Amino acid sequence: MIEVKDIHKKFGSQTVLDNINAIFDNGKANLIIGQSGAGKTVLLKCIVGLLEPEEGKVLYDGRNILSFNKREKQMLRREMGMLFQNAALFDSMSVLENVMFPLDMFSDKTYNERLKRARFCLERVNLLDAQDKSPEELSGGMQKRAAIARAIALEPRYLFCDEPNSGLDPKTSLIIDELIHGITTEYDITTIVNTHDMNSVMNIGDHIIFLADGKISWEGNKDHILNTDNKRLNEFLFSSEILRRVAGDKQ
Amino acid sequence: MFIIKSIETFGSYLMLMRRVFARPERWAVSLRQTLREIFQLGIDSIPIVLIISFFIGAVICIQMKLNIENAWMPKFVAGYATREILLLEFSSSIMCLILAGKVGSNITSEIGAMRVTQQIDALEIMGVNSANFLILPKVAALIFMIPILVIFSICAGIAGAYAIGFFTGIMSADDLTCGLQYDFQQWYIWCSIVKAIFFAYIITSVASFYGYTVEGGSIEVGKASTDSVVSCSVLILFADIVLTQLLMQ
Repeated sequence: MIEVKDIHKKFGSQTVLDNINAIFDNGKANLIIGQSGAGKTVLLKCIVGLLEPEEGKVLYDGRNILSFNKREKQMLRREMGMLFQNAALFDSMSVLENVMFPLDMFSDKTYNERLKRARFCLERVNLLDAQDKSPEELSGGMQKRAAIARAIALEPRYLFCDEPNSGLDPKTSLIIDELIHGITTEYDITTIVNTHDMNSVMNIGDHIIFLADGKISWEGNKDHILNTDNKRLNEFLFSSEILRRVAGDKQ
Repeated sequence: MFIIKSIETFGSYLMLMRRVFARPERWAVSLRQTLREIFQLGIDSIPIVLIISFFIGAVICIQMKLNIENAWMPKFVAGYATREILLLEFSSSIMCLILAGKVGSNITSEIGAMRVTQQIDALEIMGVNSANFLILPKVAALIFMIPILVIFSICAGIAGAYAIGFFTGIMSADDLTCGLQYDFQQWYIWCSIVKAIFFAYIITSVASFYGYTVEGGSIEVGKASTDSVVSCSVLILFADIVLTQLLMQ
């Protein structure tokens, strides 16, 4: 479980996050949604410790990452996996080497055990056939799947996904969403997904936080989101033509 | 303003170097990375070092023959001057200036591209000291390879001098050999290697700093690449003055 308490973040005189409080449970896909510039990425970076907020706490099962020194932060990060917007696979390595990398760095297992684990992770994301390819030979969706395999190689307790569906077609997005959700429930990990993809919201939104102007404007799940009377959220949701039509049909 | 910015940049450089010279997480992984860099930065640079040194050695020999030699000078003086230029300056300083262009820009663009595509963030999130993992192998690899490149450069330069003497007949091989051997100081080779080791550190660390701290997109990576080559060149020239003064006194 990750708990965010009273997070304030400013860039110069501009307040980007204002008094953010949230609890992200394990075994659930926790989604942070909002318009571009709402503060989603800043919040995610504050949670993983890439940015330091001016005030507040980020508790990983009771451990405040913001009070950690560099070494302690590094140790905690070994319990994290992260999927970046553009996959961020290492260009100089093959797909298998990418997945092997965290194991080579931090696992005490033998080479054969590490190889077995890497292959298992690739199989989990249905990418074993592409293990010898280099990242630039893969499609966008395959790169994301390879990045998920790398993120879960060390059996993380916390998984972070920054815009996992950006640049992907709806069908591939669905595959990625289901993969993230499946891994979350299967390994009972705490997953936080930063997205503005409405398909993801409706597919895997076990717990959703809507950010607007750096504040939490709405909190709930996918079953309640379409019935909300939050004006800002409705504006965000129904800016999509498809959803507008769906809502029209329902009415 | 410029002075404050320079001090800030130097401070950032020192802080980065502190992270670079930390203990590697896994020696085996770091060693594997260093071997990769030895090939990429060192072995791949051998052809350009050989080609440039060969032709410069030939040109220096022609210039010395045409401009220095006269009736009052012994015939071997052109060979002697060629050797001194190659040993004392060309094979260390000028070759490292050339490497600053080739290796320096390569390092900056590689690390810069990793920065803008979030690969460095990915390393940090995994709990890897990205500065140590990416930069230390490059520094170690070039420092390991530079004495070999210096020796190759000296040999190629001398081969160029022999070749021009043979093909144009401006100088006999005996005169050239006599000049190359005349008053030979072994220390000059060591000076060349010591200077090159310092220059190798400048090239790898400064180029890595520019790549590691880049912000933005591909245009900024390109600009950082150019800036790193300029900074490396200026620092090499400055260090050359200091080291020459220290080593040759």
